[in-house]
Amino acid sequence: MSSTLGSSIGKKLLMSISGLFLILFLIVHLTVNSLLLVPDGGDLFNAGAHFMATNPAIRVIEPLLAIGFLVHIIYGVKLTLENRKARGPARYASGKKTTGVTWASQNMLVLGITVAAFLVLHIANFWVKMKLTGDPLLEHTTVDIAGVPTEVENAYALVNATFGYLWIVVVYVIGAVGLAIHLSHGFWSAFQTIGFSNLKWRKRLSVLGNIFAWIIGIGFSSIAVLQYLFYQPN
Amino acid sequence: MVKLDAKIPDGPLARKWDNYKANQKLVNPANKRKLDIIVVGTGLAGASAAASFGEMGFNVKVFTIQDSPRRAHSIAAQGGINAAKNYPNDGDSVYRLFYDTVKGGDYRAREANVYRLAQVSNNIIDQCVAQGVPFAREYGGLLDNRSFGGAQVSRTFYAKGQTGQQLLLGAYQALMRQVHAGSVKLYTRNEMVEIVIVDGKARGIISRNLVTGKLERHFGHAVVLATGGYGNTFFLSTNAMGSNGSAAWKAYKKGAMFANPCFAQIHPTCIPVHGKFQSKLTLMSESLRNDGRIWVPKKKEDAEAIRAGKLKPTEIAEEDRDYYLERRYPAFGNLVPRDVASRAAKERCDAGYGVGPTGLAVYLDFQSAIDRLGRDAIEARYGNLFQMYEKIVDDNPYETPMMIYPAIHYTMGGIWVDYELQTTVPGLFCAGEANFSDHGANRLGASALMQGLADGYFVLPYTIQNYLADDISTPRMTTEEREFEDAEKSAKDRLDKIMSINGKRSVDSIHKELGLVMWDFVGMARNKEGLQQAIEKIQAIKKEFWTNVRIPGSAEDMNAELEKAGRLADFIEIGELMARDALHREESCGGHFREEYQTEDGEALRQDDKFTYTACWQYKGEDQEPELHREDLTFEVVKLVQRNYK
Amino acid sequence: METTINIKLKVWRQAGPKAKGRFETYELNNISTDSSFLEMLDILNEQLINEGKEPVAFDHDCREGICGMCSLYINGRPHGPDDDVTTCQLHMRKFKDGETITVEPWRSAGFPIIKDLIVDRTAFDKIIAAGGYISVSTGGVPDANAIPIPKEDADEAMDAASCIGCGACVAACKNGSAMLFVSAKVSQLALLPQGRVEAARRAKNMVAKMDELGFGNCTNTGACEVECPKGISLANIARLNREFLKAGIQD
Repeated sequence: MSSTLGSSIGKKLLMSISGLFLILFLIVHLTVNSLLLVPDGGDLFNAGAHFMATNPAIRVIEPLLAIGFLVHIIYGVKLTLENRKARGPARYASGKKTTGVTWASQNMLVLGITVAAFLVLHIANFWVKMKLTGDPLLEHTTVDIAGVPTEVENAYALVNATFGYLWIVVVYVIGAVGLAIHLSHGFWSAFQTIGFSNLKWRKRLSVLGNIFAWIIGIGFSSIAVLQYLFYQPN
Repeated sequence: MVKLDAKIPDGPLARKWDNYKANQKLVNPANKRKLDIIVVGTGLAGASAAASFGEMGFNVKVFTIQDSPRRAHSIAAQGGINAAKNYPNDGDSVYRLFYDTVKGGDYRAREANVYRLAQVSNNIIDQCVAQGVPFAREYGGLLDNRSFGGAQVSRTFYAKGQTGQQLLLGAYQALMRQVHAGSVKLYTRNEMVEIVIVDGKARGIISRNLVTGKLERHFGHAVVLATGGYGNTFFLSTNAMGSNGSAAWKAYKKGAMFANPCFAQIHPTCIPVHGKFQSKLTLMSESLRNDGRIWVPKKKEDAEAIRAGKLKPTEIAEEDRDYYLERRYPAFGNLVPRDVASRAAKERCDAGYGVGPTGLAVYLDFQSAIDRLGRDAIEARYGNLFQMYEKIVDDNPYETPMMIYPAIHYTMGGIWVDYELQTTVPGLFCAGEANFSDHGANRLGASALMQGLADGYFVLPYTIQNYLADDISTPRMTTEEREFEDAEKSAKDRLDKIMSINGKRSVDSIHKELGLVMWDFVGMARNKEGLQQAIEKIQAIKKEFWTNVRIPGSAEDMNAELEKAGRLADFIEIGELMARDALHREESCGGHFREEYQTEDGEALRQDDKFTYTACWQYKGEDQEPELHREDLTFEVVKLVQRNYK
Repeated sequence: METTINIKLKVWRQAGPKAKGRFETYELNNISTDSSFLEMLDILNEQLINEGKEPVAFDHDCREGICGMCSLYINGRPHGPDDDVTTCQLHMRKFKDGETITVEPWRSAGFPIIKDLIVDRTAFDKIIAAGGYISVSTGGVPDANAIPIPKEDADEAMDAASCIGCGACVAACKNGSAMLFVSAKVSQLALLPQGRVEAARRAKNMVAKMDELGFGNCTNTGACEVECPKGISLANIARLNREFLKAGIQD
């Protein structure tokens, strides 16, 4: 098995599995974030955030998620470096005029770095404050969870305030679009790498991948934009 | 006088091969390890032989001039491979395949060899399927067959229009398996330039590493040449640019007989010549004649209008078209053998009915097949060939008929071999197109692949043992022996001589000149006067080459011009021998058509009382006339009749 | 009726594997648009020989698109600006009068340059030797019709088997990956019952050899498929991945 993972296809398998895992995370994350758009002053979002923070399953998954990110990033860099070597030192003077190859597929590392840069800001903005340093905005508030009034952190207030800054919203939109382009290749590519593709499924997967990518991209960015435009306290 | 003993085994025709195998000598496994075999060439015959020898336990060294064994020109065979499986239940049998092949070859082949070929044809198909050759199949999962020229049964197995490719890749993969196992050592970009003879036996070769230019010595207890045909003597042919007759020619100069050199096949369905810069001719598979109908305009004025670009073929009414093959040969129609179809095309064009800008083309029309079967069915059968045609000619054959014209395709002549495929030099074997083969004066479609693989998989592995059994105590030579040294020196001298000419003309320009002489005088129709002229002209070209060729670069480096020059020097001499052989054979048979010998309606007229033999030419020294020997052909089973495809 | 064009050629010249290469520019006039690209190079070489210069070294043989010998990276694409062709099938009608045509060798660490435009592709042979076959020896095999094979499978195997081993996939790939080549052979043999027997072993051995020879990792860009003169599909790569991972799980 170790020789399998050490091979070119094995390394790609790790990229693929970690990528698919991160895709699952994105789906959950976007679902919770979409609660930000419920115009109830953030109660539903706070309840959701509380559920995520206290759910034992999520606590187990969180370190796994970190490992997923690390594997995806480390192997992404490793593969790119190996591939540059395999390409040889010389470049084509007449460039590359092969048509029908998506820009995304040729620039996954660049896109990945864009996403990673955004991720750093994202973690600093929210995760660090919520998990480590705390923030005055996070003062407790009470929401109704299944009819039971429960005291929870006011994560909504933090998010809402953060999205009050235009520059942060712009960075989020750029990050989300980068992510969408990354996924437009990454989604089908992950399935291709684990061998789940053939003549028919190739088209289906790439259509599905594109739809998914832009749901994620437009989803995340529109939440930030809408928060900035319509959800700010006067 | 060299004695030509074909060593045909005793017994009735159908039992000969079994009798041979029952009585031949074998080499035990421990001794096989002590024996080295050199195989030159990695086409169907060479690759299959080398792989089989390796599997049996011999030490094999295999040589190819290309960068990989998979590039050999067998790869370009399109249509298919014959076998007497009789899967379609249409009356085929080993005997019928044998009979069709002898008849198709115009009764100039050796009965015993052809019968053996038909016998092992079925084993070939089994072997290839086991190797993973993806032959075409029916929906029921069983193998599909199609029909080919010269046969009234469907016995041709095929893999789209790429049968040669698939068979070669099968043999290549078997070969690479042995390379991996260590039993075969592979030398690529390496050209045999001399054969080493020790005590009258072939014991090795001198080769030139085409990357470094260095000469190398290689020892073998036996040497097998499987280096293909010499069709490129004509410069323009369907052969690959690198295909050459030099290995065979070296064998000839070392005492092997060259048999029936004038038997060259002109393939009827090639894309016509379109300009003087043209480097090769592209074949359109014979399988196209299954569904395509060949015609020219009935009226001369229509043909003239088409040539002038004023009329399109699709504008010619049905009743104004002359489907001349269907008219002349109602029984076989468009599926007459290649020689017959080629001559018929030439006859129409010479009479002024040819089409295309040069008037040297006829139509191959698929309209009626498309109407009958639908475009999809035609695309499934010939899609890749149609695409190839469109890329070259820029015409869409689904909409307008293809234009075709005959071109040199295959050489039936070659190094004379006995029943064991051994030449007149002991220990020197010859297989595939390089030998004078089982095809007589004309080869039927889909039979070249059959012969190449038969020789390599199922004949040589037996017969070479019969030879090597006497060599089990012959030690390997060091290649320091005088014979190796002399052979290397003679190879080096020749290269130096070519390099030192320093004339004004490129190799290709001289080769084109040779090609034109060959095509005009030693081509589809030959006559005494023309052949005599050809010999003079070729001798002048030889002189021009040796005094005026220019080779840039050095011999101690990769040098394509030098490679081509060495081969051209041999082609010139081969061309002369072809003309000589054609001049001596005062009859028409198969691909050899002497205008003096034809029936009233223009069919080939054999002279069985005088020429029922294989003409074997023996080298007598530089600028000496070669000596003719005869292997008389005796037909015990087949009765000689005038071929009739009407 | 013949149309001719004048062109300028920028050709990579390199005396040997270790030598430093450079572009040389040549002008060619009155080239018929009906001539093939390689015939145009023949004309160039004839011109160079007549000038007493060394002709351009390039690989070519069958000139009908099947032997896989010809290569050349022409104006930004392997096998030049036409689809589903090899360089030998490319015709000058694809170029404009006055155009500058850049001709380069395949560039990949797996295919070192030998001279001018000729590269060493023996790596492909080594990969095939590592397992690209069915382990049967001559003789002793069952009747060809003993095992029926569904037509769809046989046809798909044939499509995969169409690979001519030219290396355009590697040349086109930004990763210098040979996956399309390897997957075509693995697919062909895995699709047939005869080859199924050792499918896992084959995939493992061929991939190991491919990695060892320094080819890159496939990132599914699909450039190989676009440039493949025989239209070998990326679906083969998915199948190779499947076969390979199955083999890994079995271990």
